[in-house]
Amino acid sequence: MRRLAGFIANASGWLSRRLGRGGGTTLPGVVLLKLRPHALAEYAADLHHGSILVSATNGKTTTTRLLAAATRVAGYHVVTNTEGSNLERGIAAALLKGANGAEVGLFEVDEAALTSVAASTQPQVVVLMNLFRDQLDRYGELETLVDKWRDLLDDLAAQHEPPMLVLNADDPNIAALGRDRDNVVWFGVDDTSHAVAHLAHAADATMCRNCGAPLEHTVVLVGHLGHWHCPNCDATRPSPTISATQIALTPSGQHITVRYPTNAGPPITMTIDSPLPGLHNSYNIVAAFAASWAIAARTQRPQDVDAVARVIAETKPAFGRGEIISIDDKRIQLLLAKNPTGVNQNVRTLLNSPGELHVLVLLNDRTADGQDVSWIWDVDWEPLRPRLASLTLGGDRAWDLALRFQYGGFDMDKIKVAPDPSNALDIALNDTLPGQTLHALPTYTAMIDLRRVLTQRGYTAAYWSDE
Amino acid sequence: MNAAYTVRLCHLYPEMMNIYADRGNIAVFRQRLAWRDIALEITEIGLGDIIDPGQHDLYYLGGGQDRDQNLVAKDLAANAATLQAAADAGAAQLYVCGGIQLAGHQYVTADGTSLPGLGILDLVTEAGATRLIGDLVIDATIEGTTQRVVGYENHAGRTRLGASCVPLGRVVSGHGNDGESGNEGAVLNHVIGTYLHGPLLPKNPWLADLLLGWALEHRYGQDVALRPLEDAVEARAHTAAIGRAGVRR
Repeated sequence: MRRLAGFIANASGWLSRRLGRGGGTTLPGVVLLKLRPHALAEYAADLHHGSILVSATNGKTTTTRLLAAATRVAGYHVVTNTEGSNLERGIAAALLKGANGAEVGLFEVDEAALTSVAASTQPQVVVLMNLFRDQLDRYGELETLVDKWRDLLDDLAAQHEPPMLVLNADDPNIAALGRDRDNVVWFGVDDTSHAVAHLAHAADATMCRNCGAPLEHTVVLVGHLGHWHCPNCDATRPSPTISATQIALTPSGQHITVRYPTNAGPPITMTIDSPLPGLHNSYNIVAAFAASWAIAARTQRPQDVDAVARVIAETKPAFGRGEIISIDDKRIQLLLAKNPTGVNQNVRTLLNSPGELHVLVLLNDRTADGQDVSWIWDVDWEPLRPRLASLTLGGDRAWDLALRFQYGGFDMDKIKVAPDPSNALDIALNDTLPGQTLHALPTYTAMIDLRRVLTQRGYTAAYWSDE
Repeated sequence: MNAAYTVRLCHLYPEMMNIYADRGNIAVFRQRLAWRDIALEITEIGLGDIIDPGQHDLYYLGGGQDRDQNLVAKDLAANAATLQAAADAGAAQLYVCGGIQLAGHQYVTADGTSLPGLGILDLVTEAGATRLIGDLVIDATIEGTTQRVVGYENHAGRTRLGASCVPLGRVVSGHGNDGESGNEGAVLNHVIGTYLHGPLLPKNPWLADLLLGWALEHRYGQDVALRPLEDAVEARAHTAAIGRAGVRR
């Protein structure tokens, strides 16, 4: 019966692609779970080494990609959902497609879906990277999500063989989740040269989860990530086992030095050149190193660290996460805009590019974007003001963006508004001179729309044939 | 800017009560005054701070996460008399989302605990089993003028009005105060409470100017009039938001 359900589910994906309804990466999962509600657990039971789960507000797609490369080069036969949805149905679809002979499942998991996915996939390693304020209409309050994750880790700890936890020492909420637990591998960024002066506006994780006192940050790196301690109790940033000790950011990537433990001797350091831009990606890179360490420890398989470093260095940006597409004599860089912390990092990345900037922002308010567009007011767009040569605004809520920039004191004469993404792209490209780069910051569904326009014009392959 | 006039804004707990982009509302106050060559002076009140009585023309309190809102509820008690006196003296006050709950007599949480509020608005709020989330469009009536106001709501509280305050408006689409009565928000003299965020003021400049007018009146009497602004972008965003709310109903 399981095979029949799988066959029907697979056929639905094929049909979806034939009808041009999209990538067909999720539909088979939806059909499979309808036919067999426990399919996720059934397929996951076949994975010899169980599964690795990666969750966070920001960075889970990129980290999962890095980790997929790292585990494959380490010789594991991996099934992963890097091209599909990160809800139960997307993971079911990935298992349906690739479970045959796979020994490890590597899954990027939506923050709110983590509890149910963990219940059916026998996690051996759980990577938790950060929690930022995001899509309040969908996820609810951040505090509630942290509580849910704490309950999940409590449940996992009660299991016969609890999974190893790979946790970000620099996020006070994530660090609190690992407090007093065994089997934690901490990662973080030790290089403080990229610190910013203040916590981000409307930062979360400002209060100690242990005692309730206001936390003190000595170094702020990304949003509320940094070096912190509680002045009132013994809660403090755990010293990371795997960390970025030196980071040099470039417009097209970074040189990053990672401290990595060895089994016998002192830790080693490795420096790689990565095409992933921005400090947020430094976190993704160290998270991937830390998770590879945990997987090797868990499966007791020796690791060729140099090979892991090499494939991490070779991993290009994920779909829309800094990827660059050539358009005749111009280039367009796609930077997915999800939430204030993510966009603030994108803004930092743009400011790192030389010269005048051409920017296209597309704001949709569909389910996958979050229907509540308030968050654009929490983004610090203002640093772009002196650098902008042109700014084009599009999407269903283009006029909300226009208001945000108007009240942010931008020169409205430089701003053009065109809700239709195809029109917005034309206007933005027209303002971008030959040899220059247009930086596009679309919300999720706006990125799909934009990608479709680019595909229709022959500039890029359809998104589902990315891998 | 060497402004002849200044509005004094008291922003209550901006570090904690900022969950729905409340800084957008503050940006609107600042910019709409600046366009009229009027300055905005902001005093931020945090935990343990005491408000200087009578020194502000405009007060703002936004929404927060439950834990922060509980801390603020306790802290507000020390400032309740000052805020009540300011409201009585005609200063403008805007309470958004968690703010409207704290401005009422009490908030009863899901476990039955009663948190006392400021009691400036005659209303009580009780936590509901579900959250009321979505686009919210209302017809708001203040001082005899009715305008369509648009935004977003996301709250567990069910707010019921007492006899001495009237709703800000009637729900056209969405849930409003309790999802049943068709009421949204509350108005008493120059005090407005509402669940509308988005944030509220950028797309509803009529409300922003109403509050700023009250604030100027509080400080300068009838001497200062607000010059009308073009508000073309505001109108486009307002129309687009009503369109999206209609599609999703």
